[in-house]
Amino acid sequence: MTDATRLSALRIVSIYPTLLGTYGDGGNLRVLTMRARARGFDVEPIELDAGAPVPSGADLYLLGGGEDDAQVAAARALRADGGLTRGVAAGAVVFGVCAGYQLLGSEFPGSDGALEPGLGLLDVTTARLPKRAVGELLALPISGAGALLTDPLTGYENHAGGTRLGPAAKPLGLVEAGVGNGTGAGGPASEGAVQGRIVGSYLHGPGLARNPELADLLLSWVVGEALAPWAQADIEALRAERLAAVRGRRTGPEPAP
Amino acid sequence: MRLLLATSLGRLAGALSRAFRRGDGFVIGGRVVLAVCPDAFGRLVAGRRVAFVSATNGKTTTTRLLAAALGRAGAVITNTSGANMPAGLVAALAAARGAPASAPVVLEADETYLPRLLPATRQSLLVLGNLSRDQLDRVGEVAMVARRWRTAFAAAPEVSAVANADDPHVAWAASVIDDVTWVSAGNSWTADSVLCPSCGQVLRRAGGDWSCACGFRRPPVTWRLDDGALVGSDGARHELDIALPGVANQANAAMAAVAAETLGVPVAQAIPAMRSVNSVGGRYQVVDLGGRRARLLLGKNPAGWAEMFAMLAPAPAPVVIAINARAADGKDPSWLWDVPFEKLADRVVVATGERRHDLAVRLLYAGVAHVSVDDPWACPPTELGEHAVVDAVGTYTAFRDMLRRGGGADND
Repeated sequence: MTDATRLSALRIVSIYPTLLGTYGDGGNLRVLTMRARARGFDVEPIELDAGAPVPSGADLYLLGGGEDDAQVAAARALRADGGLTRGVAAGAVVFGVCAGYQLLGSEFPGSDGALEPGLGLLDVTTARLPKRAVGELLALPISGAGALLTDPLTGYENHAGGTRLGPAAKPLGLVEAGVGNGTGAGGPASEGAVQGRIVGSYLHGPGLARNPELADLLLSWVVGEALAPWAQADIEALRAERLAAVRGRRTGPEPAP
Repeated sequence: MRLLLATSLGRLAGALSRAFRRGDGFVIGGRVVLAVCPDAFGRLVAGRRVAFVSATNGKTTTTRLLAAALGRAGAVITNTSGANMPAGLVAALAAARGAPASAPVVLEADETYLPRLLPATRQSLLVLGNLSRDQLDRVGEVAMVARRWRTAFAAAPEVSAVANADDPHVAWAASVIDDVTWVSAGNSWTADSVLCPSCGQVLRRAGGDWSCACGFRRPPVTWRLDDGALVGSDGARHELDIALPGVANQANAAMAAVAAETLGVPVAQAIPAMRSVNSVGGRYQVVDLGGRRARLLLGKNPAGWAEMFAMLAPAPAPVVIAINARAADGKDPSWLWDVPFEKLADRVVVATGERRHDLAVRLLYAGVAHVSVDDPWACPPTELGEHAVVDAVGTYTAFRDMLRRGGGADND
């Protein structure tokens, strides 16, 4: 569906940013809105108040990272409401980060460590990591037939949960530096998960600001076509600087502060 | 004897550090003292009444204002350089070993270290301003900090507090203390206190007031900040005519004035004594910036930035913003996306600092005209135009870099 034939604006819903916005992930809504408008699409960005009903007719839903109690509160409100689950059944695209990734799965640990049921939209489960994962995260996208992405995935991770993927979910990438899902058995750990049109990730930064290819992938699923290029020198400079910082650090000492 | 040896070695280390231009020598001296005498903090504060000032934002300024207010009565022992972790506190105390036992001690304490300091002192006064997201990689999430505070306060039955009732996390942590003087000092940043700290439900808010269905609510206050004045429960208004700009500094002054009164200097005397403070650790100083003049401002987290826009010279004046992400800044600058930089859409921003590209991308998506400059001293951008003085905002280490390179002084 092109802009000319699309009847209404793209509806992008940021779910409970006051609960799931502690780590700057509210930026993902700004990124998608501007990138879609730059390609000529009308966008209706929506930020939902904590606990408000989720409109089930949106095109794309965003969930970000939050504190433990806020994550539990958001998961309970979303399970009781059901709007997000209906939206997914209707074919909507979902991008969840950190706490917002974990609560899309079947279960995750709350602040007291007790397991809390998630929405069960992604075939993943999350359990406590032995040590909190804090630092730059760099992952290489899964290559081969049907590959969704080619550019390295860069971001900052800050989470206490390790996420195990079930058979229905595929990793977004393989970790080059950092922890990501933290569940690699022998081989490199994986980062994130993809299942149909649902994507989960531990990439803050925000993730879509630092990974424009991923942002455009989500938008292309919504509009049903590949998007025209929208190259920006600022974004290329940021990516080059971050990749060099992470890769340089592993081959030499960090420069003195 | 061990303490005497430790403090002597600490002074030597500080002098060596200064001699070899490794820094101001303050913190390194404290580290040496702690290495030789690990319980130095407890021994140095023994027998003294200590006021600990802690918060996410405003703790350095509040410390300075409180020290100025108490200074009328004589010498005050304080860590004026913003060195607020144990080594910095020990250095400040060691430097003042000869001060009389009656000298008040005013210490700025990093919010993560405050719980560890309390067991070393008795009958301390806590001055607690606000808690919000800051350096999440080091400090942790806000609810976690508040929980640690509350646990530590509950284990220190002799402490008293002056606490900001408008911040739910501060109120929850301090409510375990018997003797609290509650101040309504404002709390414009509410994004980190959407949920009740006590039970996890969504808080109800009405104006500055807040309450929860579980019964936890804003404590009744003795003092309130009202349109630039500190108003007591007797209705008397004390204008906070201080030399520092902005609403946030009025809140800092309100907290400091009430703390001073608690320590024996009445508010009416404390406020005039604070007027001597016109720069704190270099903040608001005008320094050189590549042949131009820049007024330095510290902007290190979203809550601080929320107060920043009103302090900037009006549009179309350009703004220099310097972003670093070293340990003292927080290593994840994702918080830039919580700052409404869209408000700068009618001016040019000069993005600099080690993480200027993160800022440039944020400004790109905010629709703000900007240039990225590696070194504004070597190559002052033409975008700064003919403005006699431009505002330059930096994260903690970027701010310190600008202060040093611009020829400013942090011991103001």
